Amino acid sequence: MDITNYVVLAAVLFAIGATTVLLRRNAIVVFMGVELMLNATNLAFVTFARMHGDVTGQVLAFFVMVVAAAEVVVGLAIIVTIFRTRRSASVDDVNLLKG
Amino acid sequence: MNDVIGLAPWLVGFPLIGAAILLLGGKATDRWGHWLGVLASAASAVVGFILMSRMIGQVPEERAIDHHLWTWLSAGGLDVDLGLRLDPLSMTFVMLVTFVGTLIHVYSVAYMDHDPHRRRFFGYLNLFVAAMLTLVLADSYLLLFVGWEGVGLASYLLIGFWDTGRPSARENAVAAKKAFVMNRIGDMGLIAAMALMFSAVGSVSFADVLPAAAGDGAEGISPAIATAIGLCLLLAACGKSAQFPLQAWLGDAMAGPTPVSALIHAATMVTAGVYLMVRSGPILEAAPTAQLVVVIVGAVTLLFGAVVGTAKDDIKKALAASTMSQIGYMMLAAGLGPAGYAFAIFHLLTHGFFKAGLFLGAGSVMHAMGDQTDMRRFGGLSRFLPITWITMGLGWLAILGIPPFSGFWSKDGIIEAAFMPVEGQPWRAWVFGSVAVLGAAITAFYMTRLFFMTFGGRRPRWTENQHPHEGSPLMWWPLVFLGVGSAALGAVLGIGGTFTTWLEPVVGHAEHHEPVLPVPVIITTTLVVVVLGALIAFRMYAVQLVPEEAPRGSVLTRAARRDLYQDAANETLVMKPAFGVARLVQVGDRDVVDRGWSVLPQAVSWFGAVFRRAQSGYVRSYAAGMAGGVLVIAVVAWLVVGLGGAQ
Amino acid sequence: MFPWLTVLIAWPLVGAAVVGLGALGRSRTGPASAGMGLARPLALLFSLVEVVLLVGAFAAFDTSAAGDHQLGSIYPWIPQIGASYAVGVNGVGLLLVALSVLLVPLVLLAAWQEQGRDEVRLRKFVALVLLLEAFMVAVFSARDVFLFYVLFEAMLIPAYFLIGGFGQGAGRRRAAVKFLMFSLGGGLIMLAAVIALYFLAVGAGVDPSQAFLVRELIEVDLGTAAERLMFLGFFIAFAIKAPMVPVHSWLPDVAGNATPGTSTLLICVLDKVGTFGMLTLCLPLFPEASRWAAPFVIALAVISVLYGAIMAIMQTDLLRLVGWTSVSHFGFIILGIFTFTPLGTAGSSFMMLNHGLATGALFLTAGFLVSRHPEKSQKIAAYSGLRSVTPVLAGTFLVAGLATLSLPGLATFVSEIMVLVGAFGGAPTGSAAWAIAAIPGVVLAAVYVLLTYQKIFTGAPAAGLDALPDLRVRERIVAAPLVAGLLVLGLVPGLALTYVNEPADRTATFLTVDEPADAAAQMGSDK
Repeated sequence: MDITNYVVLAAVLFAIGATTVLLRRNAIVVFMGVELMLNATNLAFVTFARMHGDVTGQVLAFFVMVVAAAEVVVGLAIIVTIFRTRRSASVDDVNLLKG
Repeated sequence: MNDVIGLAPWLVGFPLIGAAILLLGGKATDRWGHWLGVLASAASAVVGFILMSRMIGQVPEERAIDHHLWTWLSAGGLDVDLGLRLDPLSMTFVMLVTFVGTLIHVYSVAYMDHDPHRRRFFGYLNLFVAAMLTLVLADSYLLLFVGWEGVGLASYLLIGFWDTGRPSARENAVAAKKAFVMNRIGDMGLIAAMALMFSAVGSVSFADVLPAAAGDGAEGISPAIATAIGLCLLLAACGKSAQFPLQAWLGDAMAGPTPVSALIHAATMVTAGVYLMVRSGPILEAAPTAQLVVVIVGAVTLLFGAVVGTAKDDIKKALAASTMSQIGYMMLAAGLGPAGYAFAIFHLLTHGFFKAGLFLGAGSVMHAMGDQTDMRRFGGLSRFLPITWITMGLGWLAILGIPPFSGFWSKDGIIEAAFMPVEGQPWRAWVFGSVAVLGAAITAFYMTRLFFMTFGGRRPRWTENQHPHEGSPLMWWPLVFLGVGSAALGAVLGIGGTFTTWLEPVVGHAEHHEPVLPVPVIITTTLVVVVLGALIAFRMYAVQLVPEEAPRGSVLTRAARRDLYQDAANETLVMKPAFGVARLVQVGDRDVVDRGWSVLPQAVSWFGAVFRRAQSGYVRSYAAGMAGGVLVIAVVAWLVVGLGGAQ
Repeated sequence: MFPWLTVLIAWPLVGAAVVGLGALGRSRTGPASAGMGLARPLALLFSLVEVVLLVGAFAAFDTSAAGDHQLGSIYPWIPQIGASYAVGVNGVGLLLVALSVLLVPLVLLAAWQEQGRDEVRLRKFVALVLLLEAFMVAVFSARDVFLFYVLFEAMLIPAYFLIGGFGQGAGRRRAAVKFLMFSLGGGLIMLAAVIALYFLAVGAGVDPSQAFLVRELIEVDLGTAAERLMFLGFFIAFAIKAPMVPVHSWLPDVAGNATPGTSTLLICVLDKVGTFGMLTLCLPLFPEASRWAAPFVIALAVISVLYGAIMAIMQTDLLRLVGWTSVSHFGFIILGIFTFTPLGTAGSSFMMLNHGLATGALFLTAGFLVSRHPEKSQKIAAYSGLRSVTPVLAGTFLVAGLATLSLPGLATFVSEIMVLVGAFGGAPTGSAAWAIAAIPGVVLAAVYVLLTYQKIFTGAPAAGLDALPDLRVRERIVAAPLVAGLLVLGLVPGLALTYVNEPADRTATFLTVDEPADAAAQMGSDK
């Protein structure tokens, strides 16, 4: 199978993730979109590692997974806290940083 | 003379120490301060006499001595010593200043008796004497300038002596400021002259500059530079000596106490301009154009002051106008070259005596009449103030130039010098000679008017409750001394040309020329017009009754009363435009410069105001921004790489 | 050799630390503990000991080599970027160090009762003054461009807080920000030039670990275009600091809103960094560019002279007026510096000292006057007829004013005439004409001084002002040294000229000779 397909799949997954982040209001779903983008990137990393016969990409994928795990922990905690105070998980309700 | 030269610094030192003690000592010196002031001035006079007597003992060639004190300023090629130059010219001034100064100090003890600030007054007077002596004894233009401004400061302080606590306090203060500022306008000339001297000769001391000006031009000063220096010095002299066009301050300066008017604004300080001209003689001689301007300024001022003098009813202002006019004579003489220098200084000396006498007499009259200065409210005072009457009478005859009184010897010399022919310019002798004679006639008119309005007339025009009487002996003894001087000084120094010979080592020997008219004709004509002027005035102000209210008068009278509109002219020609410029600068600074700089912070805050809208606070819009940004970068990168690859 | 300058820099820092650290952690309302009430005496003591140290420095200074930089020390500071701690003063620097050190105790004494009785506030105030003193001494001694730049910016910190935190005008915060913005703007331009200078110097073969030393940089030939750009970078910063028209806008606001003591330190000493920088950095480092810019600079300087004087005449606020007079005087100083004649340069160097004494006296006396007004009004129109009420104050003000208008016999006259006469024979084209154009400044000076004196001190005393107390002993002690200094230096200017003549000669020679190699070696000489 042509290795390019993996790259295309990664791009499609990334696009779906990005669209989710941009269009959905629910923080949990936005979060899932972010995860999707991260994993799409991982896929691309691994694919390119394979392509070049170099493990650097795979190593980076591991880094991304670690960071993603940490991010989920912190991110979910924040979302839960916001939900508790605001009774809503909509990202549009949280605009305190408005200039 | 070298054994007593060490005394010379004390000429300045005594009054300077006196001033320091009186001004810093405060109230502790109130009780005896005025006598300390007199003592300081008298001590200076004694030193002057000692030096003078030794100087007379020398042969003429050895009479000029430069006494070095310490190096004052030495930087970048400009070396100025603090040194005194003692020569016949400066010693003449020393005698005038210390002698008349001491008399006026004594007079002031009585005149200022009731003033709570008499000590301060004497402090200022001593400061003036010290500064005036610095001026005339300086051996360089820079040190002269120290004295020059020093007398200006003393004059400022004394004109404004009554600057608080009187109804006229603010006016006195304004008059003082006017005098100082107008003098400063003149001082610009002295500063510029020193800059020119330094660039031309590399020095500002008399010993370097004057020989260079007299030199043949190889090492010296070119005629163009000499003309520039001469005109700059003239500007300075105009400011200090109240010559046209910087004359307007002198009349207002009469706001000061009368002894001040006598000492500073008649006898000594205002003649400093003449001193400067005569001292700078070699420079003027190298610059005929400058000389001509000096003569013109002198002639114009001499008529100006005389005309103003005819209309003034205030006795002090009339005398001030007269002073201006008489200094015009001196200035005219100073512009005539070596032939005129000696007579300029001679007239300065005799004028110092008779004008000081006249002013002190006026002070005596005011003292007797409760500070009244309006001559229309005087009249018939000869019976009540006999000493003042006689001494002022002597002064009156002296200023008229009636032989053998002192003014005759000096003024006649100037008139004769004015009639001297100038090579290539035959009109000059006739024009300036006639002006000098005309001035003498007008002088006779206004002085006779002043004298008879004050002392003559059968009917006193006093205000109520006037009991005129002579002041204390402290007041009339100085009058007597000055009266004697007015009567005799001219003859003593004038007969046989004693004074001219005395000054010759400094001002040079004048080639003798014949005036365009025979000398007896000049003398006779002058005397005739003088007597004519005096008779007219006698008829108008002694025979006829003097109205207590000034009649409206002709156009000329009204103009003269207002000093020929000098203040209005200054106001229109100088003050208003200057104020306009200042307003313009002020508005420009606020609206252009300051606002211009505030454009920068405004631009920053405008920028911020626009871009803060992008900070909506919606996470998704930020995410969209990021995505869009990535897309743009990707497209640009693709385009650039793609196009690059295509080439 | 004893490191006099380092000690002179360190001592006020120690003082600021000792006095200032007490300010931390003490409550305003807490019980009076040991050390309370000591802030002012302690600070005064530190500043007086500094004066004693200064005397030592003067004794150690070799006047026969006043053009050399002496009393200094040099240590590597950040060798990786070529910065060194290098200090040293020639005669001019020493006089300015002296001015800083002498004015600080007078300012502390003048401000004795100005900041109230709150001890914490007082501690902060005096600590800031001592900190400023340390920075001022250091900046006049710096012989390393990087060190100079750091100090140039560091001075802003105490100055900013002194204006904004301890000023007396309603607009003090705004004035402080304006001051900071102007100074930082100039500093930023200078920073760019400093960095560029480093790279050019390294490129020209200077040891990279010493590439900021002035003595190394003088020898570097930068090339015309680069030199001009860098000249502008330095010059603009100095012109803002000086201040020179048209970058003077911050000064009147500061003068009107800061306390007179702060204004004295700021305008009489700190601003001299501008003219001092022109003299000791712009001219030696960028001689060709200085010659290139001189006609333009001279024109601006003369415009400053007249502009400042005219604006002073038009002021209604006494302290702003004094501020404007300084714009006029700084114009004279800059005029003298850019004449490239020994006379003009020496005159300018001398004038930097004299202006500090004269304007300091005027600011402090004006402050004494304002502090007496029931409403602390700075409006000239609020006063009248005070000569009869407070004669000593009036006399002191008049003397300070006469010094400001350069009355002959006072020191300011000597320097002004040196500048004018020097400028008349100046090297740059047109300097004679500009010198003549500057002369009316002396008339305008007479107007602004005497007009102010007339309005405040003559006429009938204003209502409510007829019982003001005259100068107190403390205030007389403040004014007396300044007046005495002006008189003594006016009669024996040689006392100060000994220190400035040789540096001035060297600068003028360096800028007017064609082959400046030897002169450059002389300019950079450090002992």
